[in-house]
Amino acid sequence: MTDVVIAGIGQTTVGEHWHLSLRELAYHAIEAARLDAGGLLPQSLFVGNMLAPNLSGQAHLGVLIADFAGLRGIEAYTVEAAGASGGAALRAGYLAIKSGFVDVVLVVGVEKLTDKVGPEVDTAIATSLDSDYEAVQGMTPLTQGAMLMRRYFHEYGVPQHALAGFPVTAHANGASNPNAMFRKAIKPELYARVGMVCDPLNMFDAAPEADGAAAVLLTRADLLPPDANHTPIRIAGSSVATDTLSLHDRPDPLDFRAARLSVGQACLQAGLAIDQMDFFELCDAYSVYAALTLEAAGFAERGLGWVLAEEGQIGLKGSIPISTMGGLKARGNPIGATGLYQVVEAVQQLRGVAGNNQIPEAKNALIQCLGGPASTAVTHVLTVL
Amino acid sequence: MEIPRHWRLKKQRYALVGEVCPHCDAKIFPPRDVCPECGDEAKTLFEFSGRGEVYSYTTLSNAPAGYQASAPYTVALVKLDEGPMVTAQLTDIGEQDVEIGMPVEMVTRKLRSEGDDDRGMLVYGYKFRPMELQQLAAAAD
Ligand SMILES: [Zn+2]
Repeated sequence: MTDVVIAGIGQTTVGEHWHLSLRELAYHAIEAARLDAGGLLPQSLFVGNMLAPNLSGQAHLGVLIADFAGLRGIEAYTVEAAGASGGAALRAGYLAIKSGFVDVVLVVGVEKLTDKVGPEVDTAIATSLDSDYEAVQGMTPLTQGAMLMRRYFHEYGVPQHALAGFPVTAHANGASNPNAMFRKAIKPELYARVGMVCDPLNMFDAAPEADGAAAVLLTRADLLPPDANHTPIRIAGSSVATDTLSLHDRPDPLDFRAARLSVGQACLQAGLAIDQMDFFELCDAYSVYAALTLEAAGFAERGLGWVLAEEGQIGLKGSIPISTMGGLKARGNPIGATGLYQVVEAVQQLRGVAGNNQIPEAKNALIQCLGGPASTAVTHVLTVL
Repeated sequence: MEIPRHWRLKKQRYALVGEVCPHCDAKIFPPRDVCPECGDEAKTLFEFSGRGEVYSYTTLSNAPAGYQASAPYTVALVKLDEGPMVTAQLTDIGEQDVEIGMPVEMVTRKLRSEGDDDRGMLVYGYKFRPMELQQLAAAAD
């Protein structure tokens, strides 16, 4: 079978880019990825984005971005799966190369939140929920995170502040990522003192949504330029799984079923077990999601994901490092672009260019982004070719 | 405007009408026409009692557009006596502490106010309030 490889990566910093438009953000990431790939010309563009129609009054991003990036004429369109849009766009690009119809694919994730402010942004983000039965009640993704966190503590008798290790680790790693939104470590004591955002979820339990764009170029191994100066990285496993859209429709809301299924499928395809993964870029949009994801993926028993954080197992030197460049919490969460940031960061690790955050001799990476509370889960396994 | 959309949902919103599966007797809310238990068609209407208990909850201050007038408000996952779970705001809480397992019952209230955007219109529907002790006793009979 054809090996699909990542030939180039690019990203912008994550933050409030008041001076950059949606198309400019996307272009910056694309330009960097194309430069990194050494002149490969893409024939298809897949865009991961959730909010542009709502917050920028802009649909039709495929042609907008292709045209603006000097790629007029190529196949181009958006792939949307809320917070999993970036991973889903990567999956579309992977399938395109794998099918044999396309030789070189460009995938870009882009999100522009700062064209609007306040309640309008919250309303737009809440469109990832069931509009008729969740959002109509004034629910937002934040309240989903808070309710799952409360139930998690209740059902498993988890000690207070047990999730502190997740934001503390994320911020420690974000400190040396030049593209992270927050580049300052936080002390564990601070976790117990910060204000509640949505009880029992505090300021450090929720990742900040912000602007950003990240891009990758995909191709077949045999088409890599002979003078390519990077370690080629292979997409060894790719899987998308869905659960119910609403939390209320699940027999057990603390079971991230789609996260479990897509990790299982991606690992099976890659022929690797989870204990062979050198690190795991997961969705820590809320601290409790990181715990539930570690449990769903099989790194911890049900109700014990928090122990990995408490014992320092998720740190760069732990048994299963997560959020190695800051995760959603410290790098920031540019919703539809997040899945591509995870890929770019995993490639940095596998190429051995992750600087202070480098995991020694990392060979296998597990990456997962989530739409909603694992309503959609997209998982990829990357390996050194 | 979204008037037809809200009109279409009035049975569910005002009377908590869902479905019962004619094949396996599963109670279904929100209605979905295909039984999540057995996969067969389920279109028989079923009116829920409106009683249940709190599965989890939280209180939100930074409300989305159209909900700011009632912020801060408490939202919950309510496990209905007949089985399904619904997402709903809690109301008439007064001074009492909400807790997991607390018995609640459905009432009809205003869900969202008219906002300043073009989607802004009044929407009414179900919320849940704590059950009084005498109601609990009556429900037990
Ligand atoms: Zn049935």
